[in-house]
Parts: sequence; C-alpha cells; structure tokens
Amino acid sequence: MHVHFLDPYRPRSSPVHALDPRLKLVLTLGFILTTALVPPGAWPVYILLLAIVLSVEIISDLGVGTVLKRSALALPFVLAAVPILFTIPGTALWSIQIGPWELVLSAAGLERFASIAAKSWISVQAAIILASSTPFPELLAAMRAIRIPRLLVAIFSLMWRYLFVLVDEALRLLRARASRSGRSDQPGLKTGGSLAWRGRVAGGMAGNLFLRAYERSERIYMAMLARGYDGEIRKEPLPRLGPGGWLLLGVGLSVYLILLVVSLIL
Amino acid sequence: MHFSPAPMHIPDGFLSILVSVVMWILSIFAIGYSLKRVSQDIGERQVPLMGVLAAAIFAGQMLNFAVAGGTSGHLMGAAIATILLGPWAAVLVMTSVVSIQALIFQDGGLLALGANIFNMAIVGVAVSYVTYQLVYRLSGKRPWGIFAGGFLAAWLSIVITALGVGLQLALSGTSPANIAIPAMAAIHAIIGIGEGLITTGVLAFVYATRPDLITRQEAPPSKAGVVWVVGLLLAVALAILSPLASSRPDGLEWVAEQKGFLDTAQGTVYNIIPDYVLPGVSNEAIATVLAGILGIILVLGVAMGIGYLRRHRQQASDQ
Amino acid sequence: MHHSIEVSHLSFSYSDGHPALHDVSLSIAPCEKVALVGPNGAGKSTLILHLNGILSGKGQVKVCSLDVNEKNVSRVRAMVGLVFQAPDDQLFSPTVYDDVAFGPLYQGLPKAEVDQRVVDALQAVGMSEYARRVSHHLSLGEKKRIAIATVLSMQPEILILDEPTAGLDPRARRSLIHLLNDLPITMLVSTHDLLMVHELFPRMVIMDEGQVVADGETIELMKDRALLEAHGLEKPF
Repeated sequence: MHVHFLDPYRPRSSPVHALDPRLKLVLTLGFILTTALVPPGAWPVYILLLAIVLSVEIISDLGVGTVLKRSALALPFVLAAVPILFTIPGTALWSIQIGPWELVLSAAGLERFASIAAKSWISVQAAIILASSTPFPELLAAMRAIRIPRLLVAIFSLMWRYLFVLVDEALRLLRARASRSGRSDQPGLKTGGSLAWRGRVAGGMAGNLFLRAYERSERIYMAMLARGYDGEIRKEPLPRLGPGGWLLLGVGLSVYLILLVVSLIL
Repeated sequence: MHFSPAPMHIPDGFLSILVSVVMWILSIFAIGYSLKRVSQDIGERQVPLMGVLAAAIFAGQMLNFAVAGGTSGHLMGAAIATILLGPWAAVLVMTSVVSIQALIFQDGGLLALGANIFNMAIVGVAVSYVTYQLVYRLSGKRPWGIFAGGFLAAWLSIVITALGVGLQLALSGTSPANIAIPAMAAIHAIIGIGEGLITTGVLAFVYATRPDLITRQEAPPSKAGVVWVVGLLLAVALAILSPLASSRPDGLEWVAEQKGFLDTAQGTVYNIIPDYVLPGVSNEAIATVLAGILGIILVLGVAMGIGYLRRHRQQASDQ
Repeated sequence: MHHSIEVSHLSFSYSDGHPALHDVSLSIAPCEKVALVGPNGAGKSTLILHLNGILSGKGQVKVCSLDVNEKNVSRVRAMVGLVFQAPDDQLFSPTVYDDVAFGPLYQGLPKAEVDQRVVDALQAVGMSEYARRVSHHLSLGEKKRIAIATVLSMQPEILILDEPTAGLDPRARRSLIHLLNDLPITMLVSTHDLLMVHELFPRMVIMDEGQVVADGETIELMKDRALLEAHGLEKPF
C-alpha cells in the first residue's frame, strides 16, 4: 500500500520546477514576509501580490485550480479573526442583535479582517507552490544553504524517509482496528465501548507505532554504522549560484521592496 | 492532509511581524540549545532516533478515536515525546514534526513557524516535562505517578499551548484578548482530555513492553531544583497573564472610554461589548478559574519543593 | 443456498487510476475451505479488503446474505474475521488478553462473556497460557496465532487470512497448518504456500491481473502445470 498522496511534489517541466531550490526558498520566504509587512487596506498591493502568485502558479504548470483547492486548508483558521469585525472602532456598516448584545460591524474591522484573510490566502499559495514544485531532497539542500544546522536537516531527512513507511503502518493499524470493530446481533448492546477505553486503545496503537519506530531506529543506526557513519552528515553542496540566479534573486527582492514601499505610501 | 487535532497551527497572515520575529528568536535559541544537549547526551545516535520518532509522531497523529457525533480525538505528541525521550530530544522531534507540517503540508505558516515551534515544540515540551516530573515525584516514583503524570502533562501541554496561541493572536491584534484567550483555553481544556487519554494509552503500552524506556528519563536529583524553579516561574507567568485575559480593554471599549461614548442612552453607534464573554459568565469569573488552576500548580510546586528540600537535608544529615 | 461470501461482478480501481479488480465473481459456501492464489499484484489482498468493507468497488459483495455497504458494515465486520499478514499491525494492546478481548469489548458484550470468549479463542489457537503476556515480545509464529485469536473471539462466520505461513520457520509453519486444519470454520486463505494449499484446501481460486482465471478442485488444478506457470505459480511437487 502506498501513501504517495501525502507527497505534494508534482513533477512538471516548468521553469519554476527547474529553478534552483535555494532561490525558490528565499524568494518564497521573502514573498511571505512582504505580504505580512503590507499594511491592512493597501488593496492595490494585495491584488498585485495575488497576481504574482497566480502567475507563478500558471508558469509552474501546477494548475491554478489545484493550488487554490489546497489553499482552502488555511481558511478555517480565519474564524479566529472574526471577532475583529465587531471590536475595532470605525464607521458602522451593519449591526445585529443577539440576545442582550448588539454586534456592530465596522468598516475598519471589515478591512482588517479582509486583510488578514487576504494575507493568509496569498501566503499559503506561495508555500504550496514551493512544496509542489520542489522535490524534498532539494528543499533540504536549500535549508542547508540558508544555514539551518546540518544536524537538524539530517533529522528532517530521516524523518521524511520514514514518514511514508510509518504512515503506512499507522494506516494498517487503523485498518486492523476497523476490521475488529463490529456490531453484535445481540440486542440492547452498546457498541464501541467507553470513551476512555477507546482513548486507551488509540494510545496502545500509538505506543505500538512508537515502539516499533524506536526499535527500527536502532536497526537503522546499525546500518548507518555499517556504512561508515561517524556522526557527521556529509552532503555534496549545491553548485554555486550562477549570475542568472543572482539576477533573479535581485529582481525578486527588489520587486518585493518596491511593493512594500508603495503599500506604505498608499 | 490535515491530521492536526485542534486549531493550533497558526497560518501566515495572522501574526504581527513583531510577534513572529520574537517567537523565531526564542525558538532558535531553544532549538540551538537542544541540539547541543542532545549531541552531548546521545551523540551520533541522535539522527536516526530523532528522525524516525518524528515520523512516528507525525504518523501517530493519524491514530484517532471516536469522541462524539463524528468528531474524533488525536494526539499532538509533545507530552509523550517528552516522557519517552526527555525534554531536549523532544524539542528536536516536535520541531521536526511542526516544521515538516508547515513546509510540506501547509499546516501552519512559514513565517508563523517560529511561533508554532515555540508553542508546540518548546512550551508544549517544557510544560509536559515539568508537570510529569512533579507528579511522578509526588507519587514517590510509583507506577500510578507515571500515568497520572502523563495524563496531566498531556492535558496541560495542550491547554497552555492553546493559551500561547491565543496570547500571540491577541498581541498581534488579530483577535481580541478577552475572546481569544478564554475561548482557546475552554476549547482546549476539553480537547486536552483526549490528548491525556491517548497519552496514558501509549504509556500503558510502553510500560507493559519496554518500561525501561520510561524510567530512563527521570530527571537526576541534581536537576530537580531546576524543575521546581521552571515550574514555579511558569505558574507565576501564567498568573500574571490571566488578568490580561480579562481586563485588557478591546479597542472598542478603549475608544468609547476615550470619547465618552459610554452613555448608551445616546443611542450611539458604538455598542460596547459588555464585560462578559459567555452568557452569564463574567471575565472576573474566568480570571478566578484561571487563578484557581494556577493556585493548584503553585501549591504543588511549593509542596514538592519542600519535599525535595527535606530529602536533600535528610541526605546531607545522613552523610 | 445461504452463502457465506458472495461476490458478483466486482470491479475496483485505486484512486490513482490503477485498476486492481476486474469483474470478479466468487461464492463461498459455509464450511468451505478455499485458497486464493496468484502472483503478487494479482488483486488478492484488494479482493479480501472488499469482504469486510474496507474497500468498496463496483458490483456486489454479500456476506451471509448481507450487502456489504455503509449501513451494514458494522455487522459485516463482526461476521468476517480478517487476519492481516503482519501481526505487528494487529497487536496494538499491551497484553494478549487486551488484544483478544478488543473485538467482543467493542461489541459491548458483558465482561463475563468477554472473558469466556478470550479463553475459548486462546484455547482454539493453543495459546491458553499467554493471556497475561506482552504480545510485543513473542515470536512471529506466536504472534500469528494470537492475531488469529483476536478475530476468533468475535465468533465470526468466516475466517479470512492473508499469507498465514509467510515468514514462518518449518516448525511454526507446521504448527499453524495443524491449527488451521483443526478450526471448524469457513475459511478463505490468500497464500503463496501451494504445499499448504494442497494439504488443507480442497478448493482453489487462481487470480491474476485482477481477474479470476480458475476456480475449482485443488487436486485437478494442481495437475495443470501450464496453467500454474502461466500465472506465476510453480507446481509444488
């Protein structure tokens, strides 16, 4: 059984896919930072940022629809910002009476809320593009390039390697439990057991998973030792960034800076 | 792919730059220190062990159980990682889980990752560690202490992490404090029970099969002092924060006070949200409840501190 | 006649488009012992997963005259005892007792009955003294038996096993074959172990590329070397 559905990477022959992963990582992070710094209400800039991200989606051949569907993941959190609609002072737009309270929707609140939602939605699309257009090993190389400690990156690398194996095991544990979760034909019985029991069973499953993972890690360590592992993870560094790469980086960062300045002026 | 149990992974766009940066700085320091400690403790073994266990926690978050009417409980994992691996390794493991969730699955933002790591991998682990060690020692290192400690550590790790999220949202101006903080606390006080149940289930399994994995992680007596201090500091910090939840004026009230719009008889456009968040429950009540919980933690902390001192004096006099 | 299992024109494709089953039809009568054989990728496991509703495809699957659909899946799982290949995935409780008791406990049976069922199930697999043991530390052969006990305690109508003898040393394998021989229950076994098939299973179904290519008496089918080899099997003697 394969859990490839977990891996968001979609191979395509697009310029975005071919781009150096270090560039992609820095440009994505820069983009998200820019989006975060744009003040609420600077709508023209938000539209420009959205245009940028949609264009990259098109160029990357990932499909705007696919990316947008995935971006819906971040939406539920928007509920946390809903109270803002009613608590920020400003011109009243609408009010509703709920019991003893009157909730007044203010223009400033709406602008703030919409800005948060826009930032969030635009940022998550950028992150999706990064993850969908870059194979994970390249992302690891990019992380090393931006000076994330090698040890941490090595841990990520092993985690990724065993993620699918362990998710597979988790799915099989779930299947095994489902297969033994039946309803008796005797009348008047309460199916499913108590909540505490179910929690304990789920815990037992997790414990089984962890224990096997722990013991597996010992075998992996042996295998690594057998191949000469001495605690140091050595990886071939990526080739130096060419002039084209530096140019793109410069252009990208400049665009962000310009957008930011414009938004502050607006 | 969403296996996260609760709204804890903050996406990008919700936190102010200031909050994001501060959280990043704190997280980087904590991760750096944890890397150093883990290197010292288990050296080269760490990469396979941390990596695989991070994968196990990620996969373990899929192991749900039916709660009620279609909802289900899941594992976050900070508590169990802490109890089985010790705090420093747990920080690295949870950091890996949260980072990969953000980077690959967009479960949490990239800029907000600093805050998410701080909440789940650092605060979650710290709270679990202190709580578990406290309860375990209070039980005289008896088996029931493992399970009670595990349950409480798991529950508190969820609640306090949630409080952290609420606080960060409030400080960023994304959510008013007197709604965000109590709401997060209330919801997660319930969700935390699920975490507690699963955690005890894991401990039961591991205790039956490899009890050595649990008892290995006892804090050596020399470090116990640190545990008390951190625990008490946490309790004090929370005590300071809880009035913040109840009396921090939301923007509307503040402006209303400033402009003298408190007179509702004027039929003003501004309708102040009254000082309560839930029907019939005043912010004072919530603060009281919070204070009560903190009081218990403080008392526990003092009791254990006294117990420790007594034992220490006993040992000294025995020599 | 009331069939234990009735599969009619079942087709199924995985979500990535990979077709796994094509127009499969199969009936198993009570007390029959049937072997399902074929190369890896033939669709044996996929078919089995349809029998307790874990997968659902086009066509009809009935267990003891009950349609396997969302409404009935709970009842179906009480009637179909599915034992997966890797016991580690199925033994997720701290003790053997807990694992064997899971099925009856889930069904809400009273404690006394649960206890009795655990005792009976463990006895049926010859592991009566293992109730308090920790399954994690047992050998593969022992774990496989416990895994069988975990479904026997549900008192299912039919026992389905996926690769029961895989990975067992000759002694454990012999032990398991005795066990399967002695169990008086309708049985479907998916396996590569043609010697065992020849010994225990009067009826054999050969699958290949998602289809049933042969279904008949084991002794007869085993004589046809060409048929066996055409579908990735080797004549065992």
